[in-house]
Amino acid sequence: MTLTISGLKVSIGEAEILRGVDIAVGAGHVHGLAGESGSGKTVTGLAVLGLLPHGSRTAGTIQLEGRDLLAMPAKQLNAVRGAEIAMVFQDPATSLHPMVTVGVQLTEHMRHHLGVGRKEARERALGLLAKVRIPSPETAVDRYPHQFSGGMRQRIAIAVALACEPKVLIADEPTTALDVTVQAGILRLLRGLCDDLGLAVLLVTHDLGVMSAVADEVSVMKDGLVVETGPRGQVLTEPRHAYTRTLLESLPGDDHKLPQEER
Amino acid sequence: MTLLTIDNLVVEHRTPGRPLVRAVAGASLTVAAGEVVGLVGESGCGKSTLARAVCGLHPAAAGTITVGGHPVTPLGLRSRHRALTGAQMVFQDPYASLNPRRRVGAQIADGLRTADDRTTAPEDLLERVGLPRDFAERFPHEFSGGQRQRIAIARALAARPSLLIGDEPISALDASAQAHVARLMRDLAVESGAGLLFISHDLSVVRLIADRIAVMYLGKIVETGPTAEVWADPKHPYTRALLGAIPIPDGRGVLPAELPGDVPDPADPPSGCRFHPRCPLVMDVCLDREPEFGPVACWLHEPA
Repeated sequence: MTLTISGLKVSIGEAEILRGVDIAVGAGHVHGLAGESGSGKTVTGLAVLGLLPHGSRTAGTIQLEGRDLLAMPAKQLNAVRGAEIAMVFQDPATSLHPMVTVGVQLTEHMRHHLGVGRKEARERALGLLAKVRIPSPETAVDRYPHQFSGGMRQRIAIAVALACEPKVLIADEPTTALDVTVQAGILRLLRGLCDDLGLAVLLVTHDLGVMSAVADEVSVMKDGLVVETGPRGQVLTEPRHAYTRTLLESLPGDDHKLPQEER
Repeated sequence: MTLLTIDNLVVEHRTPGRPLVRAVAGASLTVAAGEVVGLVGESGCGKSTLARAVCGLHPAAAGTITVGGHPVTPLGLRSRHRALTGAQMVFQDPYASLNPRRRVGAQIADGLRTADDRTTAPEDLLERVGLPRDFAERFPHEFSGGQRQRIAIARALAARPSLLIGDEPISALDASAQAHVARLMRDLAVESGAGLLFISHDLSVVRLIADRIAVMYLGKIVETGPTAEVWADPKHPYTRALLGAIPIPDGRGVLPAELPGDVPDPADPPSGCRFHPRCPLVMDVCLDREPEFGPVACWLHEPA
Protein backbone atom coordinates (compact mmCIF):
# COMPACT_ATOMS: atom_id res chain seq x y z
CA MET A 1 0.00 0.00 0.00
CA THR A 2 1.27 3.45 -0.86
CA LEU A 3 -0.70 5.26 1.81
CA THR A 4 -1.85 3.61 5.01
CA ILE A 5 -3.81 5.52 7.62
CA SER A 6 -4.32 3.54 10.80
CA GLY A 7 -6.08 4.42 14.01
CA LEU A 8 -5.98 8.12 13.14
CA LYS A 9 -7.44 10.35 15.83
CA VAL A 10 -7.60 14.12 15.55
CA SER A 11 -8.84 16.56 18.19
CA ILE A 12 -9.12 20.28 17.61
CA GLY A 13 -9.63 22.11 20.89
CA GLU A 14 -12.28 20.21 22.84
CA ALA A 15 -13.79 18.58 19.77
CA GLU A 16 -12.82 15.06 18.77
CA ILE A 17 -13.01 15.23 14.96
CA LEU A 18 -11.59 11.83 14.01
CA ARG A 19 -12.05 8.90 16.37
CA GLY A 20 -9.88 6.20 14.84
CA VAL A 21 -9.81 6.12 11.03
CA ASP A 22 -8.26 3.28 9.01
CA ILE A 23 -7.82 3.71 5.27
CA ALA A 24 -5.34 2.15 2.86
CA VAL A 25 -4.78 3.29 -0.72
CA GLY A 26 -2.65 1.34 -3.19
CA ALA A 27 -0.81 2.63 -6.28
CA GLY A 28 -3.10 2.97 -9.28
CA HIS A 29 -6.18 2.91 -7.07
CA VAL A 30 -8.82 5.52 -6.35
CA HIS A 31 -10.15 5.30 -2.82
CA GLY A 32 -13.40 7.20 -2.36
CA LEU A 33 -14.24 8.77 0.97
CA ALA A 34 -17.95 9.47 1.38
CA GLY A 35 -20.07 10.92 4.17
CA GLU A 36 -22.07 13.97 5.18
CA SER A 37 -20.52 17.33 5.86
CA GLY A 38 -18.96 17.30 9.31
CA SER A 39 -18.18 13.59 9.21
CA GLY A 40 -14.42 14.20 9.04
CA LYS A 41 -13.71 13.54 5.33
CA THR A 42 -11.82 16.76 4.74
CA VAL A 43 -9.92 16.60 8.03
CA THR A 44 -8.67 13.14 7.04
CA GLY A 45 -7.31 14.62 3.80
CA LEU A 46 -5.71 17.56 5.58
CA ALA A 47 -4.10 15.27 8.17
CA VAL A 48 -2.31 13.36 5.43
CA LEU A 49 -0.82 16.62 4.17
CA GLY A 50 0.03 17.82 7.66
CA LEU A 51 -2.21 20.83 7.16
CA LEU A 52 -4.32 20.52 10.31
CA PRO A 53 -5.01 23.75 12.18
CA HIS A 54 -2.56 24.83 14.87
CA GLY A 55 -3.09 23.18 18.22
CA SER A 56 -4.69 20.02 16.85
CA ARG A 57 -3.71 16.83 18.62
CA THR A 58 -3.21 13.63 16.67
CA ALA A 59 -2.78 9.95 17.45
CA GLY A 60 -2.29 6.90 15.24
CA THR A 61 -0.11 6.69 12.13
CA ILE A 62 -0.19 7.87 8.53
CA GLN A 63 2.35 5.86 6.57
CA LEU A 64 3.65 6.83 3.15
CA GLU A 65 5.57 3.83 1.86
CA GLY A 66 6.53 2.89 5.39
CA ARG A 67 7.46 6.35 6.69
CA ASP A 68 5.19 7.79 9.37
CA LEU A 69 4.12 11.27 8.34
CA LEU A 70 2.75 12.16 11.77
CA ALA A 71 6.10 11.44 13.44
CA MET A 72 8.14 13.24 10.78
CA PRO A 73 9.99 16.45 11.69
CA ALA A 74 8.56 19.57 10.03
CA LYS A 75 11.53 20.05 7.72
CA GLN A 76 11.34 16.55 6.36
CA LEU A 77 7.57 16.84 5.96
CA ASN A 78 8.03 19.99 3.90
CA ALA A 79 10.07 17.98 1.43
CA VAL A 80 7.32 15.39 1.15
CA ARG A 81 4.37 17.75 0.97
CA GLY A 82 3.79 19.03 -2.55
CA ALA A 83 6.39 16.62 -3.92
CA GLU A 84 5.28 13.13 -2.93
CA ILE A 85 1.79 14.07 -1.77
CA ALA A 86 -0.26 16.63 -3.64
CA MET A 87 -3.74 18.01 -3.25
CA VAL A 88 -6.52 19.27 -5.49
CA PHE A 89 -9.08 21.50 -3.77
CA GLN A 90 -12.79 22.02 -4.41
CA ASP A 91 -12.78 25.48 -5.88
CA PRO A 92 -10.17 26.19 -8.57
CA ALA A 93 -11.16 29.88 -8.48
CA THR A 94 -9.60 30.21 -5.03
CA SER A 95 -6.93 27.49 -5.06
CA LEU A 96 -4.97 29.08 -7.90
CA HIS A 97 -3.17 32.37 -7.36
CA PRO A 98 -5.04 35.01 -9.37
CA MET A 99 -2.03 37.26 -10.00
CA VAL A 100 0.54 34.69 -11.06
CA THR A 101 0.69 33.08 -14.50
CA VAL A 102 -0.13 29.43 -14.94
CA GLY A 103 3.47 28.76 -15.94
CA VAL A 104 4.91 30.12 -12.69
CA GLN A 105 2.36 28.20 -10.59
CA LEU A 106 3.29 25.02 -12.43
CA THR A 107 7.04 25.40 -12.12
CA GLU A 108 7.63 27.09 -8.73
CA HIS A 109 7.44 23.98 -6.55
CA MET A 110 8.92 21.84 -9.32
CA ARG A 111 12.09 23.95 -9.23
CA HIS A 112 12.09 23.96 -5.44
CA HIS A 113 11.54 20.26 -4.88
CA LEU A 114 13.24 18.73 -7.89
CA GLY A 115 15.83 21.44 -8.49
CA VAL A 116 15.23 21.56 -12.24
CA GLY A 117 16.39 24.56 -14.28
CA ARG A 118 14.16 27.28 -15.65
CA LYS A 119 14.20 25.97 -19.18
CA GLU A 120 13.52 22.37 -18.27
CA ALA A 121 10.77 23.42 -15.87
CA ARG A 122 9.01 25.25 -18.68
CA GLU A 123 9.28 22.22 -20.93
CA ARG A 124 7.79 20.08 -18.19
CA ALA A 125 5.01 22.62 -17.63
CA LEU A 126 4.06 22.41 -21.31
CA GLY A 127 4.00 18.63 -21.06
CA LEU A 128 1.78 18.77 -17.97
CA LEU A 129 -0.71 21.12 -19.60
CA ALA A 130 -0.90 18.78 -22.58
CA LYS A 131 -1.40 15.84 -20.21
CA VAL A 132 -4.43 17.47 -18.58
CA ARG A 133 -5.64 18.40 -22.09
CA ILE A 134 -5.44 22.18 -22.01
CA PRO A 135 -5.67 23.39 -25.61
CA SER A 136 -2.53 25.12 -27.00
CA PRO A 137 -0.22 24.82 -23.94
CA GLU A 138 2.30 27.21 -25.55
CA THR A 139 -0.03 30.19 -25.06
CA ALA A 140 -1.84 28.87 -21.99
CA VAL A 141 1.36 28.74 -19.95
CA ASP A 142 1.70 32.55 -19.98
CA ARG A 143 -1.92 33.27 -19.11
CA TYR A 144 -3.59 33.99 -15.78
CA PRO A 145 -6.24 31.79 -14.09
CA HIS A 146 -9.10 34.23 -14.77
CA GLN A 147 -8.61 33.73 -18.48
CA PHE A 148 -9.81 30.14 -18.20
CA SER A 149 -13.23 28.58 -17.55
CA GLY A 150 -13.93 26.73 -14.29
CA GLY A 151 -13.30 23.32 -15.84
CA MET A 152 -10.02 24.45 -17.40
CA ARG A 153 -8.93 25.96 -14.07
CA GLN A 154 -9.52 22.66 -12.33
CA ARG A 155 -7.44 20.93 -15.02
CA ILE A 156 -4.67 23.44 -14.34
CA ALA A 157 -4.95 22.82 -10.58
CA ILE A 158 -4.56 19.10 -11.29
CA ALA A 159 -1.50 19.82 -13.45
CA VAL A 160 0.01 21.85 -10.59
CA ALA A 161 -0.60 18.93 -8.23
CA LEU A 162 1.07 16.51 -10.64
CA ALA A 163 4.10 18.71 -11.33
CA CYS A 164 6.47 16.92 -8.93
CA GLU A 165 5.24 13.47 -9.91
CA PRO A 166 3.59 12.69 -6.57
CA LYS A 167 2.79 9.20 -5.39
CA VAL A 168 -0.36 10.25 -3.58
CA LEU A 169 -3.03 12.67 -4.76
CA ILE A 170 -5.70 13.93 -2.41
CA ALA A 171 -8.72 15.35 -4.23
CA ASP A 172 -11.24 17.09 -1.96
CA GLU A 173 -14.57 17.45 -3.79
CA PRO A 174 -12.71 18.22 -7.05
CA THR A 175 -15.86 18.42 -9.19
CA THR A 176 -18.45 19.82 -6.78
CA ALA A 177 -18.15 23.38 -8.09
CA LEU A 178 -18.43 22.29 -11.73
CA ASP A 179 -21.24 21.57 -14.20
CA VAL A 180 -22.02 17.89 -14.84
CA THR A 181 -20.68 18.05 -18.38
CA VAL A 182 -17.39 19.50 -17.14
CA GLN A 183 -17.36 17.07 -14.23
CA ALA A 184 -17.49 14.15 -16.67
CA GLY A 185 -14.28 15.38 -18.30
CA ILE A 186 -12.45 15.87 -14.98
CA LEU A 187 -13.47 12.43 -13.73
CA ARG A 188 -12.18 10.81 -16.92
CA LEU A 189 -8.96 12.75 -16.55
CA LEU A 190 -8.48 11.73 -12.89
CA ARG A 191 -9.17 8.08 -13.61
CA GLY A 192 -6.80 8.11 -16.61
CA LEU A 193 -3.99 9.77 -14.65
CA CYS A 194 -4.40 7.33 -11.80
CA ASP A 195 -4.10 4.37 -14.19
CA ASP A 196 -1.27 5.79 -16.31
CA LEU A 197 0.92 7.20 -13.54
CA GLY A 198 0.13 4.64 -10.85
CA LEU A 199 -1.09 7.37 -8.50
CA ALA A 200 -2.75 6.52 -5.22
CA VAL A 201 -5.78 8.81 -5.16
CA LEU A 202 -7.84 9.62 -2.07
CA LEU A 203 -11.05 11.13 -3.44
CA VAL A 204 -13.24 12.97 -0.96
CA THR A 205 -16.77 13.48 -2.27
CA HIS A 206 -20.34 13.51 -1.04
CA ASP A 207 -21.58 12.49 -4.49
CA LEU A 208 -22.08 8.74 -4.61
CA GLY A 209 -22.50 8.92 -8.38
CA VAL A 210 -19.00 10.35 -8.70
CA MET A 211 -17.81 7.66 -6.31
CA SER A 212 -19.37 4.95 -8.42
CA ALA A 213 -17.79 6.30 -11.60
CA VAL A 214 -14.14 6.50 -10.52
CA ALA A 215 -13.45 4.85 -7.15
CA ASP A 216 -12.10 1.31 -6.77
CA GLU A 217 -12.71 1.14 -3.05
CA VAL A 218 -15.14 3.16 -1.00
CA SER A 219 -15.07 4.15 2.68
CA VAL A 220 -18.11 5.71 4.31
CA MET A 221 -17.53 8.06 7.23
CA LYS A 222 -19.86 9.16 10.00
CA ASP A 223 -19.02 11.21 13.09
CA GLY A 224 -15.26 10.74 12.72
CA LEU A 225 -15.37 7.00 12.16
CA VAL A 226 -15.24 4.85 9.05
CA VAL A 227 -18.43 2.82 9.27
CA GLU A 228 -17.96 0.78 6.13
CA THR A 229 -15.10 0.01 3.70
CA GLY A 230 -15.17 -2.22 0.69
CA PRO A 231 -14.98 -2.56 -3.08
CA ARG A 232 -17.11 -0.01 -4.93
CA GLY A 233 -19.61 -2.53 -6.27
CA GLN A 234 -20.26 -4.07 -2.89
CA VAL A 235 -20.62 -0.85 -0.87
CA LEU A 236 -22.89 0.82 -3.41
CA THR A 237 -25.12 -2.15 -4.23
CA GLU A 238 -25.05 -4.32 -1.11
CA PRO A 239 -24.19 -1.97 1.73
CA ARG A 240 -23.68 -3.73 5.05
CA HIS A 241 -23.95 -0.75 7.35
CA ALA A 242 -27.33 0.88 7.98
CA TYR A 243 -25.86 4.36 7.53
CA THR A 244 -24.59 3.56 4.01
CA ARG A 245 -28.09 2.36 3.15
CA THR A 246 -29.56 5.63 4.45
CA LEU A 247 -27.10 7.60 2.31
CA LEU A 248 -28.01 5.62 -0.79
CA GLU A 249 -31.74 5.89 -0.14
CA SER A 250 -31.55 9.65 0.28
CA LEU A 251 -30.37 10.09 -3.31
CA PRO A 252 -32.82 12.07 -5.42
CA GLY A 253 -31.92 10.41 -8.69
CA ASP A 254 -32.60 6.90 -7.47
CA ASP A 255 -34.05 4.87 -10.30
CA HIS A 256 -36.22 2.44 -8.40
CA LYS A 257 -37.97 5.32 -6.69
CA LEU A 258 -39.69 7.77 -8.99
CA PRO A 259 -39.74 11.36 -7.75
CA GLN A 260 -43.52 11.54 -8.15
CA GLU A 261 -44.04 8.79 -5.61
CA GLU A 262 -41.87 10.49 -3.07
CA ARG A 263 -43.85 13.66 -2.89
CA MET B 1 -53.77 30.04 -15.12
CA THR B 2 -50.50 31.35 -16.46
CA LEU B 3 -48.71 33.38 -13.87
CA LEU B 4 -45.45 34.23 -15.56
CA THR B 5 -45.16 34.61 -19.30
CA ILE B 6 -41.80 35.26 -20.89
CA ASP B 7 -42.06 35.84 -24.61
CA ASN B 8 -39.01 36.02 -26.86
CA LEU B 9 -37.00 37.74 -24.15
CA VAL B 10 -33.65 39.30 -25.03
CA VAL B 11 -31.35 40.62 -22.29
CA GLU B 12 -28.03 42.24 -23.17
CA HIS B 13 -25.02 43.04 -21.03
CA ARG B 14 -23.06 46.07 -22.14
CA THR B 15 -19.52 46.60 -20.89
CA PRO B 16 -17.53 49.57 -22.22
CA GLY B 17 -14.73 48.41 -24.48
CA ARG B 18 -16.15 44.92 -24.80
CA PRO B 19 -18.47 43.39 -27.37
CA LEU B 20 -22.15 43.27 -26.52
CA VAL B 21 -23.12 40.04 -24.77
CA ARG B 22 -26.58 38.73 -25.46
CA ALA B 23 -27.02 36.65 -22.30
CA VAL B 24 -30.63 35.79 -23.05
CA ALA B 25 -31.25 35.62 -26.80
CA GLY B 26 -34.93 35.10 -27.42
CA ALA B 27 -36.19 32.82 -24.66
CA SER B 28 -39.85 31.96 -24.07
CA LEU B 29 -41.17 30.29 -20.94
CA THR B 30 -44.36 30.13 -18.86
CA VAL B 31 -45.02 29.24 -15.24
CA ALA B 32 -48.57 28.51 -14.05
CA ALA B 33 -49.91 29.03 -10.52
CA GLY B 34 -49.04 26.07 -8.33
CA GLU B 35 -46.53 24.82 -10.87
CA VAL B 36 -42.84 24.14 -10.27
CA VAL B 37 -40.64 24.76 -13.30
CA GLY B 38 -36.98 23.78 -13.16
CA LEU B 39 -34.61 25.76 -15.36
CA VAL B 40 -31.33 23.94 -15.98
CA GLY B 41 -28.21 24.49 -18.05
CA GLU B 42 -24.46 24.88 -17.77
CA SER B 43 -22.92 27.93 -16.12
CA GLY B 44 -22.88 30.92 -18.42
CA CYS B 45 -26.01 29.89 -20.34
CA GLY B 46 -28.09 32.84 -19.11
CA LYS B 47 -30.26 31.17 -16.45
CA SER B 48 -29.53 33.73 -13.77
CA THR B 49 -29.86 36.68 -16.14
CA LEU B 50 -33.31 35.42 -17.10
CA ALA B 51 -34.34 35.16 -13.44
CA ARG B 52 -33.05 38.63 -12.69
CA ALA B 53 -34.94 40.05 -15.67
CA VAL B 54 -38.18 38.54 -14.29
CA CYS B 55 -37.63 40.51 -11.07
CA GLY B 56 -36.81 43.67 -13.00
CA LEU B 57 -33.15 43.60 -12.02
CA HIS B 58 -32.09 43.65 -15.69
CA PRO B 59 -33.99 45.57 -18.37
CA ALA B 60 -35.26 43.56 -21.34
CA ALA B 61 -33.70 44.62 -24.65
CA ALA B 62 -36.57 43.00 -26.57
CA GLY B 63 -39.51 40.71 -25.87
CA THR B 64 -41.92 40.84 -22.95
CA ILE B 65 -42.24 39.51 -19.41
CA THR B 66 -45.57 39.63 -17.59
CA VAL B 67 -46.24 38.59 -14.01
CA GLY B 68 -49.94 38.12 -13.21
CA GLY B 69 -50.78 40.00 -16.41
CA HIS B 70 -48.64 43.03 -15.56
CA PRO B 71 -45.60 43.81 -17.72
CA VAL B 72 -42.40 43.83 -15.65
CA THR B 73 -40.59 47.15 -15.64
CA PRO B 74 -37.00 47.65 -14.48
CA LEU B 75 -36.72 48.09 -10.74
CA GLY B 76 -36.45 51.75 -9.79
CA LEU B 77 -36.85 53.99 -6.76
CA ARG B 78 -40.64 54.23 -6.93
CA SER B 79 -42.74 51.59 -5.24
CA ARG B 80 -43.86 48.82 -7.53
CA HIS B 81 -47.31 47.73 -8.55
CA ARG B 82 -48.67 45.08 -6.15
CA ALA B 83 -48.72 42.47 -8.92
CA LEU B 84 -44.98 42.89 -9.40
CA THR B 85 -44.08 42.52 -5.74
CA GLY B 86 -45.70 39.12 -6.16
CA ALA B 87 -42.46 37.93 -7.77
CA GLN B 88 -39.95 37.25 -5.00
CA MET B 89 -36.47 35.93 -5.35
CA VAL B 90 -34.29 33.69 -3.19
CA PHE B 91 -30.70 34.36 -4.16
CA GLN B 92 -27.79 31.97 -4.50
CA ASP B 93 -25.63 33.04 -1.60
CA PRO B 94 -27.37 33.51 1.75
CA TYR B 95 -24.10 34.86 3.16
CA ALA B 96 -24.52 37.86 0.85
CA SER B 97 -28.29 38.21 0.48
CA LEU B 98 -29.09 38.78 4.17
CA ASN B 99 -28.11 42.03 5.85
CA PRO B 100 -25.45 41.12 8.44
CA ARG B 101 -26.30 44.09 10.66
CA ARG B 102 -30.03 43.61 11.06
CA ARG B 103 -31.91 41.08 13.13
CA VAL B 104 -33.49 38.22 11.22
CA GLY B 105 -37.00 39.16 12.40
CA ALA B 106 -36.65 42.73 11.13
CA GLN B 107 -35.59 41.51 7.72
CA ILE B 108 -38.58 39.18 7.49
CA ALA B 109 -40.82 42.07 8.59
CA ASP B 110 -39.72 43.96 5.45
CA GLY B 111 -41.47 41.32 3.39
CA LEU B 112 -44.60 41.52 5.55
CA ARG B 113 -44.73 45.29 5.06
CA THR B 114 -44.50 44.85 1.29
CA ALA B 115 -47.59 42.64 1.39
CA ASP B 116 -49.34 45.01 3.82
CA ASP B 117 -49.70 42.06 6.17
CA ARG B 118 -50.35 43.22 9.77
CA THR B 119 -51.55 39.95 11.22
CA THR B 120 -48.59 37.68 10.59
CA ALA B 121 -45.53 37.88 12.82
CA PRO B 122 -41.99 37.17 11.54
CA GLU B 123 -41.87 34.30 14.03
CA ASP B 124 -44.76 32.59 12.22
CA LEU B 125 -42.73 32.56 9.02
CA LEU B 126 -39.69 31.16 10.80
CA GLU B 127 -41.92 28.36 12.00
CA ARG B 128 -43.11 27.70 8.46
CA VAL B 129 -39.56 27.19 7.22
CA GLY B 130 -38.85 24.87 10.13
CA LEU B 131 -36.84 27.17 12.40
CA PRO B 132 -37.49 28.00 16.09
CA ARG B 133 -39.46 31.20 16.77
CA ASP B 134 -36.76 32.77 18.94
CA PHE B 135 -34.35 32.99 15.97
CA ALA B 136 -36.06 36.28 15.06
CA GLU B 137 -33.98 38.12 17.67
CA ARG B 138 -30.67 36.88 16.31
CA PHE B 139 -28.31 38.03 13.56
CA PRO B 140 -27.49 36.17 10.31
CA HIS B 141 -23.90 35.34 11.33
CA GLU B 142 -25.21 33.08 14.08
CA PHE B 143 -26.56 30.60 11.54
CA SER B 144 -25.27 27.94 9.16
CA GLY B 145 -25.70 28.21 5.40
CA GLY B 146 -28.80 26.01 5.35
CA GLN B 147 -30.44 27.97 8.18
CA ARG B 148 -29.63 31.27 6.46
CA GLN B 149 -31.18 30.07 3.23
CA ARG B 150 -34.31 29.12 5.20
CA ILE B 151 -34.39 32.65 6.60
CA ALA B 152 -34.06 34.06 3.07
CA ILE B 153 -36.97 31.85 2.01
CA ALA B 154 -39.03 33.08 4.98
CA ARG B 155 -38.33 36.67 3.96
CA ALA B 156 -39.42 35.98 0.37
CA LEU B 157 -42.58 34.20 1.56
CA ALA B 158 -43.46 37.08 3.87
CA ALA B 159 -44.29 39.21 0.83
CA ARG B 160 -47.00 36.67 -0.11
CA PRO B 161 -45.49 35.93 -3.50
CA SER B 162 -47.56 34.59 -6.36
CA LEU B 163 -44.28 33.63 -8.01
CA LEU B 164 -41.23 32.47 -6.11
CA ILE B 165 -37.92 32.45 -7.95
CA GLY B 166 -34.91 30.53 -6.72
CA ASP B 167 -31.67 31.46 -8.44
CA GLU B 168 -29.35 28.54 -7.62
CA PRO B 169 -30.71 28.68 -4.06
CA ILE B 170 -29.00 25.46 -3.01
CA SER B 171 -25.61 25.59 -4.71
CA ALA B 172 -23.93 27.44 -1.83
CA LEU B 173 -25.19 24.91 0.72
CA ASP B 174 -23.67 21.73 2.06
CA ALA B 175 -24.67 18.62 0.19
CA SER B 176 -26.72 17.37 3.13
CA ALA B 177 -28.81 20.57 3.25
CA GLN B 178 -29.43 20.84 -0.50
CA ALA B 179 -32.25 18.35 -0.96
CA HIS B 180 -33.99 19.59 2.23
CA VAL B 181 -34.00 23.24 1.21
CA ALA B 182 -35.11 22.43 -2.35
CA ARG B 183 -37.99 20.32 -1.10
CA LEU B 184 -38.96 22.99 1.42
CA MET B 185 -39.15 25.62 -1.34
CA ARG B 186 -41.34 23.37 -3.41
CA ASP B 187 -43.69 22.50 -0.57
CA LEU B 188 -44.11 26.08 0.59
CA ALA B 189 -44.71 27.43 -2.92
CA VAL B 190 -47.23 24.75 -3.83
CA GLU B 191 -48.99 25.03 -0.44
CA SER B 192 -49.59 28.75 -0.91
CA GLY B 193 -50.68 28.29 -4.53
CA ALA B 194 -47.70 30.20 -5.90
CA GLY B 195 -45.62 29.21 -8.91
CA LEU B 196 -41.96 28.35 -8.47
CA LEU B 197 -39.21 28.96 -10.99
CA PHE B 198 -36.28 26.94 -9.68
CA ILE B 199 -32.92 27.53 -11.30
CA SER B 200 -30.13 25.08 -10.73
CA HIS B 201 -27.27 23.39 -12.45
CA ASP B 202 -27.89 20.35 -10.23
CA LEU B 203 -30.10 18.16 -12.37
CA SER B 204 -30.76 15.52 -9.75
CA VAL B 205 -32.37 18.07 -7.41
CA VAL B 206 -34.43 19.61 -10.21
CA ARG B 207 -35.68 16.15 -11.07
CA LEU B 208 -36.80 15.72 -7.50
CA ILE B 209 -38.92 18.85 -7.23
CA ALA B 210 -39.93 20.14 -10.68
CA ASP B 211 -43.19 19.39 -12.50
CA ARG B 212 -41.81 20.76 -15.72
CA ILE B 213 -38.22 21.22 -16.81
CA ALA B 214 -36.75 23.78 -19.22
CA VAL B 215 -33.25 23.28 -20.59
CA MET B 216 -31.30 26.39 -21.52
CA TYR B 217 -28.26 26.60 -23.77
CA LEU B 218 -26.45 29.81 -24.65
CA GLY B 219 -29.37 32.15 -24.07
CA LYS B 220 -32.12 29.97 -25.56
CA ILE B 221 -34.53 27.41 -24.17
CA VAL B 222 -33.78 24.29 -26.19
CA GLU B 223 -36.25 21.86 -24.66
CA THR B 224 -39.22 21.96 -22.30
CA GLY B 225 -41.49 19.21 -21.08
CA PRO B 226 -42.84 17.39 -18.03
CA THR B 227 -39.89 16.34 -15.88
CA ALA B 228 -40.57 12.62 -15.97
CA GLU B 229 -40.97 12.65 -19.77
CA VAL B 230 -37.82 14.65 -20.41
CA TRP B 231 -35.93 12.39 -18.02
CA ALA B 232 -37.19 9.18 -19.60
CA ASP B 233 -36.85 10.36 -23.18
CA PRO B 234 -34.69 13.47 -23.68
CA LYS B 235 -35.04 14.66 -27.27
CA HIS B 236 -32.62 17.52 -27.81
CA PRO B 237 -29.02 16.28 -28.25
CA TYR B 238 -27.95 18.81 -25.60
CA THR B 239 -30.46 17.52 -23.06
CA ARG B 240 -29.22 14.01 -23.80
CA ALA B 241 -25.63 15.05 -23.25
CA LEU B 242 -26.53 16.84 -20.03
CA LEU B 243 -28.44 13.89 -18.58
CA GLY B 244 -25.86 11.43 -19.89
CA ALA B 245 -23.12 13.24 -17.95
CA ILE B 246 -24.71 12.49 -14.57
CA PRO B 247 -22.83 9.65 -12.91
CA ILE B 248 -25.14 6.92 -11.61
CA PRO B 249 -24.34 5.32 -8.23
CA ASP B 250 -24.78 1.76 -9.44
CA GLY B 251 -21.32 0.65 -8.35
CA ARG B 252 -20.32 -0.43 -11.86
CA GLY B 253 -17.54 2.10 -12.39
CA VAL B 254 -18.93 3.54 -15.63
CA LEU B 255 -17.37 6.90 -16.44
CA PRO B 256 -20.00 9.41 -17.58
CA ALA B 257 -19.99 10.47 -21.22
CA GLU B 258 -18.12 13.66 -21.96
CA LEU B 259 -19.58 16.48 -24.04
CA PRO B 260 -16.72 17.77 -26.18
CA GLY B 261 -15.83 21.45 -26.19
CA ASP B 262 -16.76 24.37 -23.95
CA VAL B 263 -19.82 26.60 -24.00
CA PRO B 264 -19.12 29.11 -26.83
CA ASP B 265 -18.62 32.79 -26.07
CA PRO B 266 -22.10 34.36 -25.86
CA ALA B 267 -20.63 37.54 -27.39
CA ASP B 268 -19.92 35.57 -30.53
CA PRO B 269 -22.47 32.73 -30.80
CA PRO B 270 -22.12 30.15 -33.58
CA SER B 271 -24.22 30.54 -36.72
CA GLY B 272 -27.42 28.52 -37.18
CA CYS B 273 -28.21 26.23 -34.27
CA ARG B 274 -26.19 27.37 -31.28
CA PHE B 275 -25.38 23.84 -30.28
CA HIS B 276 -24.06 22.67 -33.66
CA PRO B 277 -20.28 22.87 -32.90
CA ARG B 278 -20.71 20.38 -30.04
CA CYS B 279 -23.57 18.32 -31.42
CA PRO B 280 -22.88 14.67 -32.26
CA LEU B 281 -25.81 14.60 -34.71
CA VAL B 282 -25.05 17.82 -36.60
CA MET B 283 -26.59 18.11 -40.11
CA ASP B 284 -26.11 20.66 -42.92
CA VAL B 285 -29.24 22.60 -42.02
CA CYS B 286 -27.93 23.18 -38.47
CA LEU B 287 -25.00 25.26 -39.72
CA ASP B 288 -27.00 28.14 -41.15
CA ARG B 289 -30.60 28.02 -39.90
CA GLU B 290 -31.55 28.45 -36.28
CA PRO B 291 -34.37 26.17 -35.07
CA GLU B 292 -36.90 28.71 -33.77
CA PHE B 293 -39.63 26.41 -32.53
CA GLY B 294 -40.57 24.37 -29.47
CA PRO B 295 -40.90 22.32 -27.38
CA VAL B 296 -37.66 20.87 -28.77
CA ALA B 297 -35.59 23.43 -30.67
CA CYS B 298 -33.75 20.95 -32.86
CA TRP B 299 -34.06 20.29 -36.60
CA LEU B 300 -34.42 16.58 -35.83
CA HIS B 301 -37.60 17.34 -33.91
CA GLU B 302 -39.23 19.95 -36.13
CA PRO B 303 -42.99 19.99 -35.54
CA ALA B 304 -44.89 18.78 -38.61
